[in-house]
Amino acid sequence: MSYEKPQSVEPIFPQPEHLSPAVQASLRRYWRSNVKIMGVLLVIWAAVGLGCGVLFADVLNKLNLGGYPLGFWFAQQGSIIVFVILILVYAVALNRLDARHHAEIEALKKRSLKKGRAGGEE
Amino acid sequence: MTVRAWTFVFVGVSFSIYLLIAWLSRVRDTKGFYVAGRGVPAAANGMATAADWMSAASFISMAGLISFMGYAGGMYLMGWTGGYVLLALLLAPYLRKFGHFTVPDFIGDRYDSDVARLVAVVSAVFVSFTYVAGQMRGVGVVFSRFLEVDINVGVMIGMGIVFVYATLGGMKGITWTQVAQYWVLITAFLIPAIAISIRLTGQPLPQVGLGSQLLDGGYLLAKLDQIHADLGFSSYTAAFDGKWDKANVFFVTLALMAGTAGLPHVIVRFYTVKSVRAARWSAFWALFFIALLYLTAPATAAFARYYMVDSLQGKTAAELPSWFRNWEKTGLILWLDDGDRKLRYSAGEDNEVFSYKAGEIKVNGQKIRLPPLQQITAGHQEWITSGGTQGHDWRPMLRQANLSGPDRDIIVLATPEMAELAAWIIALVAAGGLAAALSTASGLLLVISSAVAHDVYARMIHPDASEKNRLLVGRSVIGVAVVIAGVFGIFPPGFVSQVVAFAFGLAAASFFPAIVLGIFSKRVGTVPAVLGMLTGLFFTSYYIIASVYGGMQPWTFGMFERGISPQGIGAIGMALNFLVTLILTPLFPAPSQAVKDLVDSVREPEGEAPAVAIETAAEH
Repeated sequence: MSYEKPQSVEPIFPQPEHLSPAVQASLRRYWRSNVKIMGVLLVIWAAVGLGCGVLFADVLNKLNLGGYPLGFWFAQQGSIIVFVILILVYAVALNRLDARHHAEIEALKKRSLKKGRAGGEE
Repeated sequence: MTVRAWTFVFVGVSFSIYLLIAWLSRVRDTKGFYVAGRGVPAAANGMATAADWMSAASFISMAGLISFMGYAGGMYLMGWTGGYVLLALLLAPYLRKFGHFTVPDFIGDRYDSDVARLVAVVSAVFVSFTYVAGQMRGVGVVFSRFLEVDINVGVMIGMGIVFVYATLGGMKGITWTQVAQYWVLITAFLIPAIAISIRLTGQPLPQVGLGSQLLDGGYLLAKLDQIHADLGFSSYTAAFDGKWDKANVFFVTLALMAGTAGLPHVIVRFYTVKSVRAARWSAFWALFFIALLYLTAPATAAFARYYMVDSLQGKTAAELPSWFRNWEKTGLILWLDDGDRKLRYSAGEDNEVFSYKAGEIKVNGQKIRLPPLQQITAGHQEWITSGGTQGHDWRPMLRQANLSGPDRDIIVLATPEMAELAAWIIALVAAGGLAAALSTASGLLLVISSAVAHDVYARMIHPDASEKNRLLVGRSVIGVAVVIAGVFGIFPPGFVSQVVAFAFGLAAASFFPAIVLGIFSKRVGTVPAVLGMLTGLFFTSYYIIASVYGGMQPWTFGMFERGISPQGIGAIGMALNFLVTLILTPLFPAPSQAVKDLVDSVREPEGEAPAVAIETAAEH
C-alpha cells in the first residue's frame, strides 16, 4: 500500500470538558476577541462595499477623485482595494491573536505540570 | 510569423507545461487526490484559487459586460471580490480546522445527518456541473476563434487535456497546474490593458489611466459619458441611470458575495493548505491575485469602449481599422449600412452595428434560426445597391433579436489589436483564455468527483472501501464527469448562460447560511438547519425557473419600484434560510455533545488536526 499509516492515533478533536477552567477561560477570551475583530472588519466591509459602492453611490458620484466620480470609483476600484486590505488586516490580527493564545495555553500547561509535580512530592 | 502561427506555438507550449506538471505531481493516495496532501504553500494556493476562480467568463466576458453596463457592471466586481471577505472571515479558517475533504462533509458532520449531507452533495454537484458546462464551451469558443477549428473539435481537445491532468494528479496536479495557468492568464490580461492605457492616456497603470485625462484632452470618463449621451445610451458612470435600479444592484451584489463564499470549488481550496494560519494567508493571496485582474478589467472596459466608438463612428468602409476587418469575419461585430456609407453606432433605431449568432435565437418570443453570416451581409449589400428593391434589410430583424451593438466578448478579444500590439501578444490572449477556462473546469471536476466518490461512495455507500478502491472510484468519477461536461459543451443546453445566476443563487441560499450558523452557533440543530436549506433552495429555484422559463413577472415584494431580477433573488433566499433556521431553532433540541465538541474544536486554533491519513480522519 502506498499511503502512510499514522504512527499513533491521537484524538483529533480535543474534548473541552476535560480542560481545566483556566484553559476554558482562555478559550472564551480568544473567541470573544476573534468575534470582535471579525465584527469590526465586517462592518467596514458592508459600509464600503454595499454602502459606498451601492447605496450611496449616486450621492458620492457628485464628488470627484481625479477624473473618477467617487461613487463609480468605489464600485469599480475602491471597494476591491478595501476588501484586499480587510483580509490582510484580518490575517495579521488573527495570527497574532493565535500566537498569544498559544503562549497562554503553554504557560497554563507548564504551571499545571509544576503543580502536579509539587503535589507528588507532598 | 502570423497570429495563427504564434497561437499554435503558445497553446502548444502552455499545454505541454500543464501536462508536464501533472506528470511530475501525480498522486497515489486519496489525500493527495482530494486535498493535495495539505502541503501547498499559502501564496501558491492563493494563486491556484485565483486561477480556479477566474473562469473563461471572467477573462473574456467580464470586461465586456462592464464596458456595456458602465457603473452597474461594478456589481460583478464587488460581488465576486467581496465574497472573499466573507469567505476569509467566516468560513476558511474554521473549515480548514475541521479538516475533512469537502463541503458536504462539514454539513453532514455538523448537523449529524445524512439527509443534510445529501442535500449538500446534490447542490454541490448541480452548482459545479452548471459551471463546468460553460467552461468547456469556453474552451471550444477560444479554439474556434483563434485557431479556426470547429468549436466541437476545440471542446474535445480541452476534454482530453483536462482528463489527463485531473485524473493523474488530482488536487495536487490541478493546484500546481493552476499556478502556471494563473501566470499565463494574468500576463495575457495585463499587457494589452497597459498598452492601451499608455496609448490613450500616457499612464502605464490602467487603474490610474482610467481616472486620467486623454492625450488629446479631457477626462476619459467624462468623455465616455458625453459619447454615451450623444449616442442615446445610459450614462457610463452615473449610478442607477439605466436598467438597473438601486434595489436590484444591491441584491445582485449581495447574492454574488454570499454565493462566492458558498461555492464548493472555492471553499475546498482552503482544505489544501498546511494550517489555519496558512488558510488565512491563503485567502489574502487569493483575493490579491484576483484583484490584479478585477482592478484592471474596468480600465480595459472603458478604454476599449472609448477606442471602439472613436475609431468606428462616422467612418466609411475605406477608413475602418484593421481590427474591425479581422473580427468582422467572426460575426462578433457587423456593419449593416443604411445607405449613407458611413458607420453609425447608437442606441436608437438608426444603429448600424450588430453582432451575429448562429443557432437558435428568440425574436418576439418565437425561436428562429438566422441564415449564415455571408448570406446576411450579401443580402443586405444587395438591398443597399438596388436601392431597396432587391435583397433584404436585415437591421430590424437583428434589432428585434437583441443583437444590436457588437458582441461584448470583443472588448477583451480585440483590445490587443486595437492597441496595435504585436502578433505574439494577441496569441498570448488566446493562451490566457484557454488557461482561464481549463483551470476552472479542472477545479470544478474535482469537486464533482469528491462529492460523489467521497461523500456518497466512501461515507454513505461503502464506508470500509480500501484506499486503492476509493482512489479508483475518484478517478473514474472524474473521467465520467469530464465526458458529461464535454457533451454539455458540444450540445450546449440553452440554459447554460442563464444558470450561472442559478449557481450563485443556490450557493448563497443553501450552503452559506448553513455553514456560517454551523460555526457560529452551538444551538442550531439538525431539523432547523435542513429546513432552512430546503426553504432557501426551493424558493430560489422556484423564482429563477418561473421567471426565466415560465415568463413570471419579477416580484416587487410590495416595497421595490421594480421587480427583483432572478440574479439577485439568492440574497432573499439566503435571508429566508437564516430566518427559518433561527425561528425554528428554539423549538427543536440542541445538537448532541459530540457535535458541540466539534464546534468547539473548530473554533479553537490550537491542536489543529495533523495531516492525518484518510482512514482515521474520515471515520472519526
